[in-house]
Amino acid sequence: MTMSTTGATAMAGGTEMLAVSLYHYLVVSALLLVMGIFGIFLNRKNVIVILMSIELILLAANLNLVAFSAVLGDLVGQIFVMFTLTVAAAEAAIGLAIVVIYFRNRGSIQVEDVNLMKG
Amino acid sequence: MIAAIAFYVFAAILLLSAGMVVSARNPVHSVLFLILAFFNAAALFLLAGAEFLAMILVIVYVGAVAVLFLFVVMMLDINFAELRSRFQQFLPVGLAVGAVLLVELGFVLGGWKLAPDAMNMRFAPIPAGANNTAEIGKVIYTDYILLFQAAGLVLLVAMIGAIVLTLRENRGDSRRQSIARQVARTPGNTLEMVDVAIGAGVTLADIRRPLPDKTPELEHAGHGEHGHDDHEHDGGHGHGGGH
Repeated sequence: MTMSTTGATAMAGGTEMLAVSLYHYLVVSALLLVMGIFGIFLNRKNVIVILMSIELILLAANLNLVAFSAVLGDLVGQIFVMFTLTVAAAEAAIGLAIVVIYFRNRGSIQVEDVNLMKG
Repeated sequence: MIAAIAFYVFAAILLLSAGMVVSARNPVHSVLFLILAFFNAAALFLLAGAEFLAMILVIVYVGAVAVLFLFVVMMLDINFAELRSRFQQFLPVGLAVGAVLLVELGFVLGGWKLAPDAMNMRFAPIPAGANNTAEIGKVIYTDYILLFQAAGLVLLVAMIGAIVLTLRENRGDSRRQSIARQVARTPGNTLEMVDVAIGAGVTLADIRRPLPDKTPELEHAGHGEHGHDDHEHDGGHGHGGGH
């Protein structure tokens, strides 16, 4: 399906049209996802930047959901983004709490030392 | 047309700031670029017509989560230079994985098309000229009320978990004042008048201690020769150490 037909489908549904095609949103969100995963590999030692990369990945997923919601004129995508945001906020809070107590115990946040804590 | 230009501008800034998040030398700069990325994502949401989510993203993410990140980064005294010591070593692996993923996503996007009857499978179609926030409210408080409550439970569990994880319990090395126990003390249950024969002294068994809770042993030393004054002072001191 080409871009023009996607726009025509959205118009046929009587819904609001995107300013650009759905593909633009999907490409941006794919690049954002790749950037987040790249960040996880790049900062393997720094837990805080890894958490931020996870936030970027979740943001990419949210962008996808919103774009599909706008193209299809279906509100459920936006509802789902709210739940994703909730889970992401909870994940960030718990992750940062773990980082804080890990730093208290070991005086560093190196991920590679984590397996020293087992047992 | 203007909306398309705005889309390109916001998308470019979003991707650039995302790149800076993962590659910035200083994590404080990473957090600041993350905030910039969230702002631009909110702008993209606005362009897609999701006004409520755009505001939620700005308020919840920039206002709470990003500031939480900033707080933690600035609170912990971390040697960030040491953390980046093997940055160059991880770079090829990251680039390889990223490239593979990008190619795969390209294949998916190239071969993907919207299902022909996708418009008929919508669950909550947006009415024409509808208020985005009002429509979200109508759907989320009726069809998705259970998920909404579950999301609240998730937040509650996260809050309790974060508090339990980071709460430092009292290690017992601080002595707190217990005002209620101090007020409840009467001279009658701590003091006893003893007739001491000259040169005999008193034995420890004679001293009644009605509040025996964990008074440090070293305070008993030297009781034999002293009279009541020292006893009273000792009892008062034992209060503080009781916890």
